[in-house]
Amino acid sequence: MTDQNKAPNAGKVVIIGAGHNGLVCAAYLAKAGFEVNILEARHEVGGAAASHEFAPGYRVSSTGHLLYRLDEQVIKDLDLASHGLEMAASDLPTVALGSEGRHLKIHDDRITGEDVSREDRNAFMAYRERMLRFARIISGLDDKIPPRIASGERADNIGLGRLAWSIRRLGKKDMREFLRIAGINIYDVLEERFENELLKGALSLDGVLGTHLGPRSNNSVFTALHRLGGSVNGKQGAVAIPRGGMGAVSEALVKAVEALGVSILTGAEVGHVEIENGKATGATLVTGEIMPADYVISCADPKTTFLKLIGPRQLDAGMVRKVSNVRQKGNAAKLHLALDGLPKFTGLEAAQAGHRLVVAPDLEYVERAFNHVKYGEHSAHPVMEITIPSVHDASLAPEGKHVLSAIVQYAPYGPGSDSAGFEAQVMETLARYAPGIREQVVASELLTPNHFEDRFGNIGGHWHHAELALDQFLMLRPVAGAAQYAAPVDGLYLCGAGCHPGGGVSGQAGRNVAQLISGLDK
Amino acid sequence: MNNSRTNSNGGYDAIVIGAGHNGLANAAFLAKAGLRVVIVEKNPWIGGASVSRELHEGWIYSNCSYVCSLLRPEIYRALELAKYGLQVVPYGGSVTFTQDGNYFGSYVDEDVSRREMARFSERDADASLRYHADIMRQCRFIRQFLLRTAPDPTSLKPFDVKEMMHLGREFWKLGEDTLGDLIRFYTMSISDYLDEYFEHPVIKAAYAGSGIIGSALGVMSPGTAYVLLHHAMGEVDGSIGSWGFARGGMGAIAKAMAGCFEAHGGEIRTDAGVEQIIVKGGKVTGVALENGDEVHAPLVVSNLDVKRTFLQVMDEKDLDAEFVTKVRNFKIRGSSGKLNIALDGLPEFPALRGNPEMIRGDMHFIDSIERLERAYDDWKDGSWSKDPYVDLLIPTLTDPTMAPPGKHFMSVFVQYVPPKLTKNGVKGCDWTDEDRDAFGETVINQISKYSPNFRDLILHAEVRTPRELEAEVGLTEGNIFQGELTLDQLLFNRPIPGYAQYRGPVKGLYMCGSSNHPGGGVMAAPGANAAREILRDLRKPNTVPEGWLDD
Repeated sequence: MTDQNKAPNAGKVVIIGAGHNGLVCAAYLAKAGFEVNILEARHEVGGAAASHEFAPGYRVSSTGHLLYRLDEQVIKDLDLASHGLEMAASDLPTVALGSEGRHLKIHDDRITGEDVSREDRNAFMAYRERMLRFARIISGLDDKIPPRIASGERADNIGLGRLAWSIRRLGKKDMREFLRIAGINIYDVLEERFENELLKGALSLDGVLGTHLGPRSNNSVFTALHRLGGSVNGKQGAVAIPRGGMGAVSEALVKAVEALGVSILTGAEVGHVEIENGKATGATLVTGEIMPADYVISCADPKTTFLKLIGPRQLDAGMVRKVSNVRQKGNAAKLHLALDGLPKFTGLEAAQAGHRLVVAPDLEYVERAFNHVKYGEHSAHPVMEITIPSVHDASLAPEGKHVLSAIVQYAPYGPGSDSAGFEAQVMETLARYAPGIREQVVASELLTPNHFEDRFGNIGGHWHHAELALDQFLMLRPVAGAAQYAAPVDGLYLCGAGCHPGGGVSGQAGRNVAQLISGLDK
Repeated sequence: MNNSRTNSNGGYDAIVIGAGHNGLANAAFLAKAGLRVVIVEKNPWIGGASVSRELHEGWIYSNCSYVCSLLRPEIYRALELAKYGLQVVPYGGSVTFTQDGNYFGSYVDEDVSRREMARFSERDADASLRYHADIMRQCRFIRQFLLRTAPDPTSLKPFDVKEMMHLGREFWKLGEDTLGDLIRFYTMSISDYLDEYFEHPVIKAAYAGSGIIGSALGVMSPGTAYVLLHHAMGEVDGSIGSWGFARGGMGAIAKAMAGCFEAHGGEIRTDAGVEQIIVKGGKVTGVALENGDEVHAPLVVSNLDVKRTFLQVMDEKDLDAEFVTKVRNFKIRGSSGKLNIALDGLPEFPALRGNPEMIRGDMHFIDSIERLERAYDDWKDGSWSKDPYVDLLIPTLTDPTMAPPGKHFMSVFVQYVPPKLTKNGVKGCDWTDEDRDAFGETVINQISKYSPNFRDLILHAEVRTPRELEAEVGLTEGNIFQGELTLDQLLFNRPIPGYAQYRGPVKGLYMCGSSNHPGGGVMAAPGANAAREILRDLRKPNTVPEGWLDD
């Protein structure tokens, strides 16, 4: 860092929460000459981008286990590779598991496996190409401050114009298709194109993972596009496993920020933001200690930030109402298994156990799995995204042993969440595809949305802090009037997955906020 | 109407296929502009889904659509429907019966309504003020676009650019907050939307019903908030959001439109189903009827839904293959059924003791969002709802002309009923008469739970599933809106992107049914808008009113 890089408004910053967005934000601000303190309530850093040891010698990613949209500019700017971030496997193929060992492999725009017709293969190539193109419209906005609508400001109008132009540039035919499908459900879009049930089931999972949506719910195309917008090593739509699990991302970020002189205080839970005359002046810990600052940045979920850290008294009624109505019902659970050997999936070769394995045998199955959670029950027959990261990364388990990490849907948030019966049902579903797996289990853990809320403090246990939906996106994320990262209190900024452009370990919210504050690198 | 003038076989300027309310409105506006127009209708009667029929001696049934609100007042005035005999009588209020023997009433008088709401929840009574104001703001905004042709956002033609800019300006005027609400309105589920206002399950259920009527969506499906708006934006006599009965049944609307049309020299041929739209040299030249006759004209306007128009009465070789695929993908899933019942007297609803007036409005028997959603789960599984949502009305309490003195007609609209059934795990099975009767029995049972003497009063019941709606009215899969009202099928996307301005893909071919913007609900707006576009193409003076702001 040199003085030429120092922003003219550089001052003291307090960041609430050492999640990956907070860390990214801290790094950029420190680079711009700000004095940054991060306050983390827990004793570990990294927030939900974490790994943990759930049984002696067995480690897994605590929440999301695949990296698919970590901003490549962040990796480069913060030199995360030299701070130890490395992929154990990048560009994993997907294997869709069907009954009696039937399965399909989906990699890029190619499908291999029995029973897939030539029409489906060709249709998939066209579908994938189109979805990637449409996804770029949405991801093209990731590194921008969302424009305000109807503000009359020049910069906002330019932002909106740019969005309109990116859609127009698709050409007449694709623009029409984009405007037709962007708001609807993936069930219909897949039904229009494909015959193979297993293929449709597996593809539908991309539209519903981490959401409170079934394949028939409108908006599920949008979530699929959001997922496809990211890239790994320059390849759009790829998924990767970081060496050491998702916690490795946070570890590299911590090294990066510490090298830049940022201080991280753990076990420092913030009670509220200090506000004087409509301006944030610091953060007060639950212990009563005040940490003064010129800028306060909250990486907590929107409800926690507005209703707890700021407090309704500092806000107008309309804002309180809007924030109270943010939807953040978490539905994703996580199954972790310590296994004394590599599980055998019927019909798969051993090497394929390292792929992204998907249990979503057909569209109706996925939709029925969703039905339960509407009524606060867990799925009788859940859908799953399974990885066995120890295939690629021996450090995660003792020698010769393995860990299985699976995102399991749907698990309700709330009273029905901790049902012991759920784990039995999940194991039963798993055993249908890997019959001997129960005998291999040394230890297991099933985390539900309530566990995530307890552990990470995100209300509702939602991985994206707030549901990713058209009405909670861009200039409406988390709510209209606070979607440009600036809270309605001077000097207070929002960061984290509840802001644009949403969750999925991207670091973009952190980067955008830092750029907004420092005013540099526009 | 049956002895229409069928004197000549030529010399027409336009043929309209189908004498539904949109076909009639379209033809009437064209005739007013001086065109010689003939309507060909497959049934021996006119009206399509806005029809009155005597299916039991002495009783007039509104056996498809059953209430009137969305019919645009501009059209009512321009076609002088009052002069031709149409009277819309407003009715008010509704009642939702709860399973514990209680009821929640909604009244015309807002203060009474609020007091009733406070009986369930004080907080909700307060929230209802905000709720109605917010809904009304959205209604006022959308109504100005109903009688406008939706611009094509991909086009650079002067009309489209001008209209896009107009749209943009109107959006802009709303301001950030309202605009945010507008986006949310078009994408949210009605359940989530109501959760933002209300806490009591009965109140939420009472409001949620109109978010699912006619749609293959559940109350928890994103997109249903718009469906609710679609049912709230109508008016009777300038009173927005209110509903009325057409005196003499919904056929009175068709009859008045036909009166206007014929007064302007129009001709209606009934029993004249179309076999094929004739295309020669890339232009339509007329239609071939099922009876072997041909009628010729340089313009053909189809009031049929988009699937029937292009997949049934047109030859695929006259159309582009990609266009045909898009038509096949058009979502027109049926989700509704109907019972039309002749009653020997008024049924009793014991829960209403002391307040029998409540039966003059809509009656509902579902008291929680969860029950509504489970009714939809049945539809997804290929079965009619075992615990159905019904919208029940007794129009004869308001319009005694529809039944003999002391007797009554009951209209029971039912969600959800699938177009095909799943039987023993086999998807896509056709309805049989036994299935239909079993469905009817489910509905009668549902009502009987709240009205013990109801079953004994039934003199005759007509049970209609999507099969009957398709066979008789010609609505594909029995979809009452001629296509779902989801984001991919609204405005410039309706029915198919690039064809949302009432012009078909063949020269001289136009579309005027509810498959087009702004959709169904006996609005007559698609028919009127199509007439405006036709007159524009013919460079004739416009006879069709544009939407205006009347408040």
